[in-house]
Amino acid sequence: MNDIVDRLKFLSSHEWARVEADGSVLVGISHYVQDLLGDIVFVELPEVGQSVDAEGDAAIVESTKAASDVYSPLSGQIIEVNSLLEDEPEIINSSPYEEGWFFKLKPSNMDEMENLLSPEDYSNVCGD
Amino acid sequence: MVNFFEWEMPISYSSAIEEHNAVRNDIGIFDVSHMTIFDLDGGDQLAFLEYIFANDIKKISTSNKAIYGVLLNEYGGILDDLIIYHAENKFRLVSNCSTREQNKDWFEKHAKQFNVSVIERSDMGILAVQGPNALKKIHEIKGISFEVQNIEPFGCIFDDDNLFARTGYTGEDGFELIVKNSEIENFWMQAIELGFTPIGFGARDTLRLEAGLNLYGNDMTINNHPYESNLGWTIDMTDKNRQFIGKEALLSIDQKQTKKLVGVILRDKGVLRAGYEISHDQGSGKILSGSFSPTLQSSIGLARVHQGYAETGKVFIRNKELKIKFISPRLFRHDKID
Repeated sequence: MNDIVDRLKFLSSHEWARVEADGSVLVGISHYVQDLLGDIVFVELPEVGQSVDAEGDAAIVESTKAASDVYSPLSGQIIEVNSLLEDEPEIINSSPYEEGWFFKLKPSNMDEMENLLSPEDYSNVCGD
Repeated sequence: MVNFFEWEMPISYSSAIEEHNAVRNDIGIFDVSHMTIFDLDGGDQLAFLEYIFANDIKKISTSNKAIYGVLLNEYGGILDDLIIYHAENKFRLVSNCSTREQNKDWFEKHAKQFNVSVIERSDMGILAVQGPNALKKIHEIKGISFEVQNIEPFGCIFDDDNLFARTGYTGEDGFELIVKNSEIENFWMQAIELGFTPIGFGARDTLRLEAGLNLYGNDMTINNHPYESNLGWTIDMTDKNRQFIGKEALLSIDQKQTKKLVGVILRDKGVLRAGYEISHDQGSGKILSGSFSPTLQSSIGLARVHQGYAETGKVFIRNKELKIKFISPRLFRHDKID
């Protein structure tokens, strides 16, 4: 698990970003927040081609408890969404850092990566 | 854990959906000690209950049974819903947590006209054991008398001061055990050792919603009367001579004009939540309770709408218009996806 987490950068609002080999960025939500949300039953994903802002609304995740906004860690354009989540949103609970990714974006400004938290700083935010 | 009127309560012990399914398929145990328990004393208990309770207490006053109903104010507004138990000539009331002080004051005020006293039993708590295997396994808890298996649905027995009843809030068979605080931990620990699944308040809400049962404070408040709360069946006016608080106000209501509390099933993907606006051909309304139904694998809710609704309508979620179906709340679990 730690090897996976080490490659991620976080927003304090519990989203993660991972830079892929081709320069695109994969986005999902953290293990900590999936546990806090409880059983996830629905996800509203952005449209492919849609533009998103850093820390702007990008998706909605709903658990049995509540609906929560998911923010994009970086600005850019959505190039792919994880359509598997439409029928099996519970994957986010079981695999938040791998199969449970939300969307892939083409970042418009990679300097924004500097604003994100390291795994260690993020775990301090969660109070672990 | 969540703080609910000064009670620390778990939303879930593991997964709310797994807990929900454990109650539907096997057996689960809930600690519902936040509920308020009252005992009555004095010679006018029956007369007092006939006056403050909109259902007719005489239905159970000669047997060992429980009855569900509401307390109304003079305007017919619902002050609370509650269960009244009767066994061995004793009455015990269980009402909600949020209404504890209101009910104490209300009982005290009206008890003055009667030879009756109402005693809060804060020295007792409540465990609910619910699920299709509850009847088979309940007596495996040591200290629960063997006779518990012989209680009919909605029946109850006293064991000294403890009360065991075949009632619940899940739509499953099961029991509610009103026991002394000093014994409750022992019963709980035994149940866990026996493999009963501990159930949190997340699953309690989805279970009661699937069963079409109202939650006071969400689906009905002091501003609602029973006819617009799907509770007309709890109003008993058979005994023409019985006067009860709220009766006059209810008689002046034209039931053909009132709004209706209905069940709603979301036909698209998404989750219904309290506050969402809905509409149908003849009017509109609002979602009061909404959640995800693990049994139906879709979202369900309760809503109060204008009369004249067709079978389908619309809900507005984040500027999107999604399809809903109206159904009797009691029929959620019999719904066929069409």
